[in-house]
Amino acid sequence: MINVIIEVSKYLMIFLMALYTYWNFSYFRFRDEWGQVRVCRKQNAAMFVMHFVAYLILYLKSEDERIVLFYLAQVVFFGAYIGLYQFFYRNLTRILVNNMCMLLCVGFIMLTRISFDKAVRQFVIVAAAALITWIIPFIMDRVWELSQIPWVYGGLGLGLLIVVWMIGNNSFGAQLSLSIGGFSLQPSEFVKISFVFFVAAVFYRSTDFVTVAVTTAAAAAHVLVLVLSKDLGSALLFFVTYLAMLFAATSNWLYLLSGIVSGCGASVLAYGLFAHVRVRVEAWRNPWADIDNRGYQITQSLFAIGTGGWFGMGLYQGMPYKIPVVEKDFVFAAISEEMGGIFALCVLLICLGCFLQFMMVAVRMDAVFYKLIAFGLGMEYLVQVFLTVGGVIKFIPSTGVTLPLVSYGGSSVLSTFLVFGVIQGLYILKMNDSEEM
Amino acid sequence: MKKAVPNPNANRSILFVTYLMAGLFVCMMGYFGYFLQSRSENVINNSYNSRLDRFADRIVRGELLSSDGRVLARTEEGEDGQERRVYTYGSLFAHVIGYSDHGKTGLEALANFYLLSSHMNLAEQTINELSGVKNKGDHVITTLNIELQETAAAALGDRRGAVLAMEPDTGKILALVSNPGYDPNTLAQDWDRLISEENKEAQLLNRGTQGLYPPGSTFKILTMLEYVREHPADWQEFTFDCDGAYETGEYTISCFHGNAHGHQNITQAFANSCNGAFAALGQELDLKEMNALAKQLLFNGDLPLALAYSKSSFTMNEGADTWEILQTSIGQGNTQMTPIHNAMITAAIANGGVLMKPYLIERVESAVGEEIKRFLPESAGSLMTAEEAEVMAGLMRQVVTEGTGSAVRTDAYTAAGKTGSAEFETGKETHAWFTGFAPAENPKIVVTVVVEESGSGGQVAGPVARSVLDAYFAGAGGD
Repeated sequence: MINVIIEVSKYLMIFLMALYTYWNFSYFRFRDEWGQVRVCRKQNAAMFVMHFVAYLILYLKSEDERIVLFYLAQVVFFGAYIGLYQFFYRNLTRILVNNMCMLLCVGFIMLTRISFDKAVRQFVIVAAAALITWIIPFIMDRVWELSQIPWVYGGLGLGLLIVVWMIGNNSFGAQLSLSIGGFSLQPSEFVKISFVFFVAAVFYRSTDFVTVAVTTAAAAAHVLVLVLSKDLGSALLFFVTYLAMLFAATSNWLYLLSGIVSGCGASVLAYGLFAHVRVRVEAWRNPWADIDNRGYQITQSLFAIGTGGWFGMGLYQGMPYKIPVVEKDFVFAAISEEMGGIFALCVLLICLGCFLQFMMVAVRMDAVFYKLIAFGLGMEYLVQVFLTVGGVIKFIPSTGVTLPLVSYGGSSVLSTFLVFGVIQGLYILKMNDSEEM
Repeated sequence: MKKAVPNPNANRSILFVTYLMAGLFVCMMGYFGYFLQSRSENVINNSYNSRLDRFADRIVRGELLSSDGRVLARTEEGEDGQERRVYTYGSLFAHVIGYSDHGKTGLEALANFYLLSSHMNLAEQTINELSGVKNKGDHVITTLNIELQETAAAALGDRRGAVLAMEPDTGKILALVSNPGYDPNTLAQDWDRLISEENKEAQLLNRGTQGLYPPGSTFKILTMLEYVREHPADWQEFTFDCDGAYETGEYTISCFHGNAHGHQNITQAFANSCNGAFAALGQELDLKEMNALAKQLLFNGDLPLALAYSKSSFTMNEGADTWEILQTSIGQGNTQMTPIHNAMITAAIANGGVLMKPYLIERVESAVGEEIKRFLPESAGSLMTAEEAEVMAGLMRQVVTEGTGSAVRTDAYTAAGKTGSAEFETGKETHAWFTGFAPAENPKIVVTVVVEESGSGGQVAGPVARSVLDAYFAGAGGD
């Protein structure tokens, strides 16, 4: 009997998710505010129903009363977050808030299924992050000095990365995190943001050749330290973001082209120099050759996705725990396995929607500093999604980055909240400005 | 506030990058869809994918059928409610069908995904779910021919060895016998005995695909082919005078049982399997090219085969000494190969140089007989040119009409082939090989036989191949 319920609910969840995603894009057809608000409300309804159905299954399968409490806590959180944000910031972009909540919701469902304790920890961090970053739009509106201190961002960020490189904890062969008072912190998640602020603040002042050269050197230093820490995903992320921001600031095709060429050159060089790069590429090219060892993670991921197929196995019907670090870098495989390929594609479309929102903000901002910030953060967001999902489905070599808001991990969640907060702040700034005019 | 002149084209650049990134992202989504739609089935049907075992909780493992639809393996529910896999023909198909209880082998492994998928209609599936009844898994129709398998097994008797029959123009495997076998129906009881260290019989090994043997004179196919390649115009001019033992320097190569073949042209030397002639001929070959040929003919590499197999090995390289060249040229020395590999080379010769990928699954049907999926012949590439294949086929025909392949000489059909008697340990009988095809002018079937420690290829392996070919042309072939 319970199999039938899971089966039916599986299709219901896919349907709700698809509906939500459809509304996400139909939103832009509405020019009037009221039409947009209606779409957003429908989205909220779809999300809450899906959330309910998923937790009903989770409860029926696990028969754990704590899940009911956990579910209620989440409902209160989502309700409060959506409601209060709107209440305090009249001019916010609702759809971005909705997308955040939807991605968090998918993450909570999957995490609860994989490990209840981790899900609860994640929830606590999310709630805290929501509270802390809630103030960001308020700050953005009032503190202009943010654009005055480029080398503070640059120096601080680079310094942090170097510290991690030298004394960081080793996990899966890469130096990623620092332990501070029992907490494990992943500084590169925050340096991502300071890096964008750094580049934006510099190029906002000048884009002459000397500035570009010096900034490029500083950016290259970031990338180099990350490569030395074996954090290849972040290294690539920083590189692509910098190149795109440089191009946006100068519209100089020569910079873009030479950047791409030197990027390719550096990749080849890194492949020759570092064994860990070769290992990753080899595990991507033919994971079946070393299925017990280096190819294990990616092949298990492909088994999960393939076995799930378009419609998924249904919650608790798959074996996501067979994939190493499934709750972090490979959460997308777990989603695809149990909730289905269509559902997973919807998640990707939502991520793409967020990116397009970021870019829309970037285009609309008047001040170059803000424009570049929105653009840089948007780039980072999409490249990160691309790297993690591409790695999970063997489209590109796996680089070990998280899926923002969905993957387990405190640093990742907090930094993503910061990013979305900043974008929200810029949007509100713009809306307030145009209202005054 | 210091401020540079804002870049007037910033928005255009931003949009350009946006479209670029969105395009890349959409490509990735497209790949994801492509993987799910087209690639995933092959990927997940893997013995490392423990997820498939989960399917067995909800689906009754489907049946494996012969090409004419007779049941080879099915799952029965006993009175105690326990499921049991029943193998109708006992040990006859043991290796090729394999087993599914102690890990999975053979077709039970290859077809695992299909056997554990159900394509009953949705309403029925739902009713079954509601009433807690398992759905019936799909049936897999194999390419196997029961008559040929029975004939091959009977001809082999209780001698150790393997018999393979396949279609050169499609790659369908019709029969695959390995001796000694085991009864898959009593595998659970016999398991400990079968895998114990005292047991030297290796019943679980599929000798047809995993048994490595020195190829003996069947390897002369490669030596010959290389010689033809290096002497495209005048290879037929090679002659040799055989007095039963060929001496060069301090080494001597003897013909089988010291037979003196007398004056031989190259066709006769191949037909009579004259070791002296091929040892002499081997010394003229370019070793680098010979190594490349062996590689092209799938030595030291992967075979286009889904079943578990051993890799054949060919180690002779530039700088090999005379003894190694002499030995290797006549199929002794360090060369090792599997019967299925020999069958593949023969099949390529029979099929104009093109190797068709050997396969065992003909189609998949739902439990009520609707076709779900059909497998079509697939080329695995060219092993040699059409001209070379024609030359080799002609030479192999001569083996049957004039030489050591007399066992398959008949008016009923025109067979071609090559015998081999492979020495593997001093003082023991040789392994007997035969690999060939028929009819010579339009090959329909390839048969490869190896009988361990039994004597000469012509006298021991040839008759086994004869039985299989007779049965095939007497009508067991089906069409």
